[in-house]
Amino acid sequence: MSIMAVPAERGEIRESSFGFWRRSYAMVVKEFIQLRRDRVSFAMIVMIPVMQLLLFGFAINTTPRQMPSAVLLQEDTDLGRSILKALENTSYFRFDYEVHSVREFDDLLLSGKVLFGVEIPRGFERAVRRGDHPALLVAADATDPVAASSALSSLGIIAQTALAHDLNVGDPAALPFEVRAHARYNPAASSRLNIVPGLVGTILTMTMLIFTALSVTRETERGTMESLLSMPIRPVEVMFGKIVPYVLVGFIQAAIIVSIGVLLFGVPVYGSLMLLALLTTLFITTNLAIGYTFSTLAQNQLQAMQLSIMFFLPSILLSGFMFPFAGMPVWAQYVGECLPLTHYLRIVRAIMLKGSSLQNLEYDAIALVALMLFAMTIAVTRFRRTLD
Amino acid sequence: MTSAPAIAIDVKGLTKSFEGREVVHDLSMQVRRGTIYGFLGPNGSGKTTTIRMLCGLLTPDSGEGTCLGYDIRRDADLIKRRVGYMTQRFSLYQDLSVRENLEFVARLYGVPDARAAARDMIRRLGLSGREQQLAGELSGGWKQRLALGACTLPNPQLLLLDEPTAGVDPKARRDFWNEIHALAADGLTVLVSTHYMDEAERCHEIAYIAYGHLLTHGTVEEVIAKSALTTYTVTGDDLHELSDALAGKPGIDMVAPFGTSLHVSGRDKEALETTVAPWREKSGLHWQHSAPSLEDVFIELMNRSRDNFQ
Repeated sequence: MSIMAVPAERGEIRESSFGFWRRSYAMVVKEFIQLRRDRVSFAMIVMIPVMQLLLFGFAINTTPRQMPSAVLLQEDTDLGRSILKALENTSYFRFDYEVHSVREFDDLLLSGKVLFGVEIPRGFERAVRRGDHPALLVAADATDPVAASSALSSLGIIAQTALAHDLNVGDPAALPFEVRAHARYNPAASSRLNIVPGLVGTILTMTMLIFTALSVTRETERGTMESLLSMPIRPVEVMFGKIVPYVLVGFIQAAIIVSIGVLLFGVPVYGSLMLLALLTTLFITTNLAIGYTFSTLAQNQLQAMQLSIMFFLPSILLSGFMFPFAGMPVWAQYVGECLPLTHYLRIVRAIMLKGSSLQNLEYDAIALVALMLFAMTIAVTRFRRTLD
Repeated sequence: MTSAPAIAIDVKGLTKSFEGREVVHDLSMQVRRGTIYGFLGPNGSGKTTTIRMLCGLLTPDSGEGTCLGYDIRRDADLIKRRVGYMTQRFSLYQDLSVRENLEFVARLYGVPDARAAARDMIRRLGLSGREQQLAGELSGGWKQRLALGACTLPNPQLLLLDEPTAGVDPKARRDFWNEIHALAADGLTVLVSTHYMDEAERCHEIAYIAYGHLLTHGTVEEVIAKSALTTYTVTGDDLHELSDALAGKPGIDMVAPFGTSLHVSGRDKEALETTVAPWREKSGLHWQHSAPSLEDVFIELMNRSRDNFQ
């Protein structure tokens, strides 16, 4: 019994003009099957974005709300009550305690039961009406400066409006100064609105990098690379085959994150969803190409992982995800411009929160394409076609 | 069909070093079409490296040649399309099923109907009913069969098999060789590396390579004749003592026990006769002149090459 087909067929396999697509397709199908078989990786595709989003979205909130506060009422007047009401309405403060002595007030702060204390001194209303500019004392537990600062900064404005508006205390126009803060796109300065779109980019960077960073080294370590290299497939085809399945995976992840962001965190999408999908796909492909490049540079899976992490850290720190981009030193901004996440953060925030169009985002989109092509060129030229 | 040259592999002076260590030295060989060419030699002798250079997986440091009429340096792509390479270690995808592996190979080589080709091969391999099984879960014998199936699927003109039967049971080994002979009868050229003497004897031609040097080649008979070994097969008592006494003496190139007998060989017939003369008279020992076996020749070659190159 022979396992060969009809002997007459031996000889030439004609090279059709669709060779490139045919071989890339073979690679794509293979990668898809392998991905499907790898249950853990498959579960991670869904689990990573959900977990990260819930953790970041809920736990990390740089503008905390409902901070436990106490009030020391030295006099019970309408003006005092009105100021407290206004403070509570900002939702920064939640007045759990109403005390009448300085000692009780101090104890609450010391024990950490409250983060804020507001003191309305005796004769406050009368002093205001007389135009004496009395002090409204606010004590904050500044051990967590981030939590305290945003609430503190809003205090002055709140108190003023309360004074000017609710009661006829003097002439509002005669107030020595007027503070008008206008926080565009995020009037409540909600960090969620900033963080959730940012998370789309951060999570995608992490998962996409790792998926492809391991792809080539895995073949080398499992010994399948020798067989693959002995077959008539070209580096570009291997790359396409390894990237395409994960574009779809990344797209699903992005959809999950955006959906949760919209449904659970109430983040708006003012711009075009189509444009967002298009540019997100571009960003996903760029990251996959970079991961794939690492895979061709690394000698084993551990090295590939380390390279990915080395790329991921600056992406988080210098892209404007953690710290405002404009606040970074110039050299760091240059580094940031080389990171796809930087450009994508601008894109995703602009589309979701500002409703920007492609014309507005031209520069960042072109930057992403350039980074993608750069990575792919390195990957294709670095891919070793022999075992030398 | 191509105008098939009569020589499938024709290389001259192949040399390859890794980190300063020469693994293959000035290797030249010719393999005629339709023959089974056995590649023998100890571990680390450069067999795998040579095979990899033939199919374009490694670039020779120097030397040149053709494989199926294509230049091994310039036309690696053309060679790859016409050569089936079965690696020493199982290198199909363990997490793909039998069918998926075969379909992948068929698609890569552009076999017109990949699904049908894979189905056909599964039937011919006798793997029907196992097509959904993951390749990694197959037993050693089946893995090796699947690997052979995968590299013959695109109808190659040349098969390069790197120790295909290592770790496979005798029955599967025999079936495998019957397969190889059937393929060669169909006109396929097969280059196969092996450690087994019985397999070497099933090849049309063999080459022996040690420490990167090709030491001898030809048909089994030619190789034995070329060795010009004189061999005695000794039976009797105290063979161990005899073996110790003869080892290293002038004219004695090899002393090796074979079961209840001892093989004593040497290239210099006269020196050998002189050395063994006193022992031939000894009672309890039976001396018989015999033709050297292939194994005698190889062990002698290996000993000699160790002296020369190490």
